Amino acid sequence: MALVEVNDLKTHFFTREGVVQAVDGISFALEKGKTLGIVGESGCGKSVTALSIMGLIPKPPAKIVGGEVLFDGKDLTKLSEHEMQHIRGNEVAMIFQDPMTSLNPTLKIGTQITETILAHRDVSKQQARKRAVELLQEVGIPRAAERLDDYPHRFSGGMRQRVMIAIALSCSPRLLIADEPTTALDVTIQAQILDLLDQLRQEHDMAMILITHDMGVVAETADDVIIMYAGQIVEQASGYELFDNPEHPYTEALLGALPQLEGDEREIREGRLTAIPGRPPDLVNPPEACRFAARCPYSDSGDNCSTVEPQLREIRPGHWVRTAHPASERSGERQTVNA
Amino acid sequence: MSSETASSNGTLLKVDNLEKHFPIRRGILWEKTVGAVKAVDGVSFAVAEGETLGLVGESGSGKSTTGYCILQLVKPTSGSINFMGKELTELGREDLRRMRREMQIVFQDPYASLDPRMTVGGIVAEPLEVHGIGTRRSRGEQVRKLLDIVGFNPNFTNRYPHEFSGGQRQRIGVARALALNPKLIVCDEPVSALDVSIQAQILNLLKDLQRDFGLTYLFISHDLAVVRTMSDRIAVMNQGKLVEVGTAEQVYHEPKDEYTKALFAAVPVPDPHRQRERKAERARLRAESRAESGDGAVTA
Repeated sequence: MALVEVNDLKTHFFTREGVVQAVDGISFALEKGKTLGIVGESGCGKSVTALSIMGLIPKPPAKIVGGEVLFDGKDLTKLSEHEMQHIRGNEVAMIFQDPMTSLNPTLKIGTQITETILAHRDVSKQQARKRAVELLQEVGIPRAAERLDDYPHRFSGGMRQRVMIAIALSCSPRLLIADEPTTALDVTIQAQILDLLDQLRQEHDMAMILITHDMGVVAETADDVIIMYAGQIVEQASGYELFDNPEHPYTEALLGALPQLEGDEREIREGRLTAIPGRPPDLVNPPEACRFAARCPYSDSGDNCSTVEPQLREIRPGHWVRTAHPASERSGERQTVNA
Repeated sequence: MSSETASSNGTLLKVDNLEKHFPIRRGILWEKTVGAVKAVDGVSFAVAEGETLGLVGESGSGKSTTGYCILQLVKPTSGSINFMGKELTELGREDLRRMRREMQIVFQDPYASLDPRMTVGGIVAEPLEVHGIGTRRSRGEQVRKLLDIVGFNPNFTNRYPHEFSGGQRQRIGVARALALNPKLIVCDEPVSALDVSIQAQILNLLKDLQRDFGLTYLFISHDLAVVRTMSDRIAVMNQGKLVEVGTAEQVYHEPKDEYTKALFAAVPVPDPHRQRERKAERARLRAESRAESGDGAVTA
C-alpha cells in the first residue's frame, strides 16, 4: 500500500466574491522513499494541495469539501486538530519557500529546534539540545554546537533553509512536503539544498512531495510528476516519461516557454519562445468544459472539447492526461482543420 | 578579468574600472565609518550599439548596482562611464537630464515600480512631460501608439495599474522605457517576478523591440537560461568583480573562470536524462574545489 494516497481532494475557498475552487479533484499515490513533483504556475492550487494534506488551510475561508487524504491508511481530513498536531512533525513535516520569514527572528536557532523536539518527544532539555546539534550537523552546518546560540539573522538564506530542514527532520517524519524550497535561493545554493534533500530522503527512506514552478528542479528530483492547471491535474506520469513524451498542450507549452540553457547558439538567440496567450481562468466560475480550452492551440479542432469536460485518462500505462488533444493522438488533426 | 575592446565604431557604452563602495557605519550618536562594502569593485566592459550584453550573477554580486551606476541613479565611487561619447560621471545636472533621454530602465517588480495613483496613460506619458516633448494632445497619441507597440490595449489608458496582471504591468513598464525613444535600456531582472508562460511573452516582446528599433540592452538577470536567450555576449559577476566576459557561446561552452563553471553547472535543465549527467558534473566540480581548498588549508 502506498504511504500517501490522495483521492479526489477538493479544497474550496468561500469568499465574498464566490466559491473559489482552488483544488478541484486531485488524486495521487506516493510510495515511501519516492519523490513526487507537483508543478504549475501561480494560482494553480499546488500549494493549497500541500496545505490541505498538512491540515494547514485557513478555515474559514477554506474548507475541504470532498475527497480523502490517506496517510498510512488513516484519513487525515477526518482527524481532530489535536490528532493532527500529533501527525504534523512526527509523521508529516513541511518546509516553505521563504527561509527568511519562517524562522522567528527573536529566538535563538537552538531554541527553535529544541522546542519542536520537546513538543513531540518525551526527552530532557539536554537530550533535545544534543539532538539539535546532531541535526545541524546532518544538514551540513559547520560548528553546529556554537551556532545553536546564534539568532536567525546571523545565517545566510541557504543556511536558514538548512535550519528549516533540520527542524522538519527533528522528529523523523515519513513524509516531507517541500513547497518551493529553493525559489528564494541563488542557483548554486539551490543545487546544494536539492542535493541535501535528496541525500536525506535516501538516508531516512522518506517520501517527499516537492512543489515547484521550476521544470528544471522537477527534472532533477522527481520520480513522478504532476502538472496542475486551474485546480486540476492535467497530466501525470513518471519524470522520464513526462519530459520525453509530454501529452497535454499545456505541458508542451510550458516546456516551450522555457528559455533553453543548452542547444544551438543561433536558435537560442534568434528564436522566439512559445508564449501561452491569455491567462488562467477565474476559479470562481471555471469553464464547464476543458479549463485550458481558451488558451489551447488545438481547441478549434471542430470537436466538443470546449463544451464537454475532458476526464483524466490513462493514455499509456502510468501516463495520465486530461485533454481531448493529447500529442500522440494529434497527428493529422491540424491538417483536417486546414483542409 | 578583461576589459573588452568592442569595435570602436559601434561602441555605445564603455565602462572602465567602475567602483561603488558603500560605507559601513557603526555607532548611534557619533557614527564612524569602519569599512566599506565593495559592491562594484573595478568593473570594465563595453557594449556595442544594437547588441545585448547579459550581466549575470547571484544576489549581492553587484550586477544591479552596476546598472544603477551606469544610469547615474547611484553615484559611482570611481571609474569612468562613457555613453555616446560623453563621460557621464562628469556631467552637470542639466546635461545629465538630457542624456537620460537616451538611457532608460525596466525594473524587476511590476507591482512596485508603477505609481498606483497614476493612470496607465499618465505613467507612460510622464517621461514625455518631464522632458517637455510634444503637446498634451500629441502626447496622448504617442502614449496610445507606445501601448499598442508593447501589446497593451490602448483603450485602457485611463485605468490604474492594480487592475492588471504582472505581465500586463510589465508591458506598461516597457512602454514607459520606450517613450523617449532611447538608445540603451537597462533591463534589471525584468521577468523574475513573472510565471514562465508570461515571462516568455515579455522576453519575446523585448526581442521584437530590439529588432524593430535597434535597441541596445544591458540585460541584468540571475537566470542563466534567460540571459542566454537574450544576449549576444555575457558578463559574469561575482562579489563585485567581473570574472568573465565573452560571447554567449564562449562563456557557456568554454568557461574560463571556476565560478562561471560552478554557476552554469548548478542550473537544473528541464530534461531528466541530461540533468543526471549535469548533477554528476556538479558533484565532480564541487569535489575538485573542495580538494583545492583542502590543499590551501594545509599550506596555510
